[in-house]
Amino acid sequence: MDKCIDYIEMKIPAKTEYIGIVRLTLSGIANRMGYTYDDIEDLKIAVSEACSNAVQHAYGHNENGEVRIGFSLFENRLEITVSDDGKNFDLSKMKENTGPYSPSMPIEKLSEGGLGLFLIKTLMDEVTIDMNSGVTVKMSKLLNEERMRNEQTSWSKTKQ
Amino acid sequence: MNLEIDIKREKKVSYVHLKGEIDAYTAPALKNKLAPISEESEPFIEVNLKDVEYMDSTGLGVFVGLLKTVRKQGGKLKLTNLSPRLERLFHITGLDSIIEISRKGED
Repeated sequence: MDKCIDYIEMKIPAKTEYIGIVRLTLSGIANRMGYTYDDIEDLKIAVSEACSNAVQHAYGHNENGEVRIGFSLFENRLEITVSDDGKNFDLSKMKENTGPYSPSMPIEKLSEGGLGLFLIKTLMDEVTIDMNSGVTVKMSKLLNEERMRNEQTSWSKTKQ
Repeated sequence: MNLEIDIKREKKVSYVHLKGEIDAYTAPALKNKLAPISEESEPFIEVNLKDVEYMDSTGLGVFVGLLKTVRKQGGKLKLTNLSPRLERLFHITGLDSIIEISRKGED
């Protein structure tokens, strides 16, 4: 049952100007699969964040790199992998300054970045990060009805 | 996939109108355009986000940076006309409690 129905892959130069093209492709695919407007917008942010990380952290100013984006279409979800061959970013350092802002933080200390990973994790249902040669972010989002069914099951489980 | 940046000055207030997408590609230009108006003394900046169709953490970073400069200079920053989508983005990141924002139709 859990078989990938179709797979689409694209490769972009590691330049920020192409991230918008990835978003266009992604909305086409997600729209076809039946995602709601809000889910498509969430997907766009999550995938853009992963692409921005790859372009900015992995390659820095070396614009010869490439970012690969794979879309695996399942019956109940869309799974997206974003990978690069650049240098690994320091994940522990990244985690330190990720997370929502709080009103108690002094304004001058607020970080002007580092929310990418937090947003990916918040907006997607499942996220894994692999670091081998380069970084691969794998994330998936369930189709709406599927998620509702899951929520119902976990709810009835807690009830018992 | 571009961002149009329009800045109008009325007395002491700088009105910034943005149209398009704020992402890793367009954010650097936005930052550069906003820098001179935020570095004045007591800058009052109102950014109208009505026509912003897309924004991610790079855009949030620009506004956090802008807020820091504006506050340091003793000024005020206001973001107006946020769509429900943008409002949600500010809410989940906690920025709605740090930056003054208002929804579409509230002004």
